[in-house]
Amino acid sequence: MAKTKVQSPKSKVQSPKPVLTSPPFNPIAHGLSDDDFKHGKVCTTRWTADARYAYDRGVAIGRYLAGLKQGKILAVRCGRCERIMVPPRAFCELCFKPIDGWTEVADTGVVNTFSLCYVTWDVRRIKEPLIPAVIEIDGASPGMGIMHLLGGVDPGKVHRDMKVRAVWKPEAEREGAITDILYWKPV
Amino acid sequence: MGNRVAIVGVGMTKFVRRALETGKELSWLASKAALDSCGMTMNQIDSVVMGTAPDTFDGVHMKGEYLSDGAGGFGKPYMRGFVGGGTGVFSVAQGWYHVASGMFDTCLVVCEEKMSTFQPHAQAAFLTIFDHTTERPLKPNLLWIFALEMNRYMTTYGLKKEDIARVAVKNKNNALDHPAAQIAAPVTVEDVLNSEVLAWPVQRLDVSPVSDGAVAVILANESVARRVTDKPVWVEGCGWALDTAYWTNRDLCYPRYVEEAARMAYKMAGVTDPRHQIHVAEPYDPFDYKELHHMEGLMLCGRGEAPQLTVDGVTARDGELPVCPSGGLLGVGNPIAAAGLMKIAELFWQLRGEAGKRQIARKAKRGVAQAWGDLMQVGTVVVLGV
Repeated sequence: MAKTKVQSPKSKVQSPKPVLTSPPFNPIAHGLSDDDFKHGKVCTTRWTADARYAYDRGVAIGRYLAGLKQGKILAVRCGRCERIMVPPRAFCELCFKPIDGWTEVADTGVVNTFSLCYVTWDVRRIKEPLIPAVIEIDGASPGMGIMHLLGGVDPGKVHRDMKVRAVWKPEAEREGAITDILYWKPV
Repeated sequence: MGNRVAIVGVGMTKFVRRALETGKELSWLASKAALDSCGMTMNQIDSVVMGTAPDTFDGVHMKGEYLSDGAGGFGKPYMRGFVGGGTGVFSVAQGWYHVASGMFDTCLVVCEEKMSTFQPHAQAAFLTIFDHTTERPLKPNLLWIFALEMNRYMTTYGLKKEDIARVAVKNKNNALDHPAAQIAAPVTVEDVLNSEVLAWPVQRLDVSPVSDGAVAVILANESVARRVTDKPVWVEGCGWALDTAYWTNRDLCYPRYVEEAARMAYKMAGVTDPRHQIHVAEPYDPFDYKELHHMEGLMLCGRGEAPQLTVDGVTARDGELPVCPSGGLLGVGNPIAAAGLMKIAELFWQLRGEAGKRQIARKAKRGVAQAWGDLMQVGTVVVLGV
């Protein structure tokens, strides 16, 4: 059988040499180190995708974004389950019927849950954490949250159920996007 | 329901951070090992199911077709299944209905993942799971949703990070006895708590790694199974369920979709009291809190009770309800679809009493494996028994 290369232990979390008294017996796969790959010790080919997309905003989200441009958070209502839903949608996914109307909800809410994120998507460190949160919007049905960012707050002081208010971009700079709300700060 | 279906053979590759082998080669190694484990050959296989995660990882359009030769799919009824992270366990459900329906006597189920191809980091392959208009402009990364869910779980039940860290400690130590393991390590609770903070409350050692690897299992109907092996492991039940993609409208403290999938599988298996009728469990553990979350969704304990069971040692290999005796994704590794099927392989060895140093102390006649994925919304469950 092929000789399997056990990766050299660089830190405590690297695997020690496994004990071959349990199944699977002699599992194969040639483990490469990052260096083998980066320094071209193994043959590789590279290709970079250049895929571009133009997403349509949709009937419901389009109106939601138009509301944001005016500094309003819009929600939809279903007459059957009586939920007031945000983000808005063209149909109620629970009752599987068209929604029954639009309503404006508050630009305040409570923090359902949050995180203090110290890395970018490609796992590079950032110093000041981003604070993503699920914010339950006042005026919508209980538990109806949106994902957004918290700001203007000491990261150590953020807690669940904290009351927050949207901080809007100046009206002239709004473009009808979720980023028309800069972040949410404690009330 | 349907014809009886058994697992008669399993095989797997090592799980590594970056494999020299291509996905096709990994699939071949796992498939060959599975066939050899029960003395079967490819011409005894009637159908092939391939489980593998997004095409984005590989940058290969129609990746299932690309991989098919490695799974012996050529000239056979072949199909790829993909339900995100839930794929590995779902693929057995998919193979099960191929055979249970009577259409095929046998089915080779192969799950492969090669996450290392994607540059610079596989995490970016997941970024488009967020809504393109209402979420992606906020530049989210995948860790956010897990951190948000973990924090909701912790604050709902007043849990401490130390309680959750014990899962990582248990699984990484369990994996020391797994010959295919990628990141087995004798870590302690302190190591986990002192590891780098990624997206609080998620720290480095709370998370499973990026991996390459493949696993294969062979399913057979009863007459073939009885000829091939003295110890068939029966697929007693399977279930799957999906929750809404409006994930910010759900209560993230409880995986309702896992419960729905489990109820479907338990009903088929005749399990009415999972706490006593399930003897060993392999819930999906890409993060340490997910094992706890999923134990609750599988109704192996009450809501918010799973951390205490871990603290009390109930879920250890010598405990009353061993959980992830393999070492799980946290210890063996997480090549997405293959990781789920690795759990099925572990139950196969455990229920046959062949797990060697990993063999659990208690007698086990029935086990459950579960996987999870997408925007925290899919649950897939398989109950196996002897």
